[in-house]
Amino acid sequence: MTAVWVTIGLLTVGTVAIKAAGPVALGGRDLPPRLNGVVARLAPALLSALVVVETFGHGHELAVDESAIGLLAAAAALAARLPIVVVVLIAAVVTALLRAL
Amino acid sequence: MPQMKEGFKAGLAFTIPTLALGPSFGVLVEPVLGATAAILMSIFVFAGAAQFGSVTVLAAGGGVASAVSAGLLINGRFLPMGLAMAPALRGGPLRRAAEAQAMVDASWAIAQRGDGGFDREMMLGATIPQAACWWAGTAIGALGGSLIGDPRALGLDAMFPAFYLALLVYEMDLRVTGMSALLGAAIALCLVPIAPPGIPVVAASAAALLGLRQR
Repeated sequence: MTAVWVTIGLLTVGTVAIKAAGPVALGGRDLPPRLNGVVARLAPALLSALVVVETFGHGHELAVDESAIGLLAAAAALAARLPIVVVVLIAAVVTALLRAL
Repeated sequence: MPQMKEGFKAGLAFTIPTLALGPSFGVLVEPVLGATAAILMSIFVFAGAAQFGSVTVLAAGGGVASAVSAGLLINGRFLPMGLAMAPALRGGPLRRAAEAQAMVDASWAIAQRGDGGFDREMMLGATIPQAACWWAGTAIGALGGSLIGDPRALGLDAMFPAFYLALLVYEMDLRVTGMSALLGAAIALCLVPIAPPGIPVVAASAAALLGLRQR
């Protein structure tokens, strides 16, 4: 049991430090102007990485399963300019239906 | 604080997968951690993927060092996310550090203003329903077993990727940042088979360096 509590303690301290690092280091300053272009691209790079890793990554395996079709359906809904909540629900419903087959 | 209310409402839409994942975390880890530790872990670590990652290592017989590093690698993405969010936060170092703790994937994404800037109140507001559902969900799963069935059967695991894709398409100026988005996805996909969990997403932030060429 000790291992569990030590793991939780260290993970808490480490996560707090990681989340606080950027905001504390930069203080209230704006980023140096040279970095504005980089920061503007952080969100798109991280978001697209989250999309592909959460859809196609299963541990160390890359695989296409029902949720990939769900994502395709979401992409079609996005092309039709549907609201975000609807897009997300379509992804879940399509994935669930395919898994029920 | 109209923005905080708006963030709260936006965050509400993403409580469905959180409400489903919380109990499944509780159910899955209760035999390894016990109910008390499972609930306290969700409160203090407050990062679902990292919690799953480190408990998986413990359950497989791994030691504290490998369990902790698995979790911290998965949370490594909060470093670039925190840098991007930094100019939007307020106050002295302690307050900024405290506000940064409210960052979770969904609230960080919701708080985007689309020009690279962030709205602090949107982020704080969006985290409230996420936190409530994650904590309550973990407790339900750890104490009461699964009441909701298999989250995969309901397709709930497809909701977060669809949400991130929607933000990418609706909120980002892809004519400017599209190359970074493509490169980030490519880096992440290439690293999944060989790198420890968490590293692919952290490494994808390198794609933002394309922005050094222009302003």
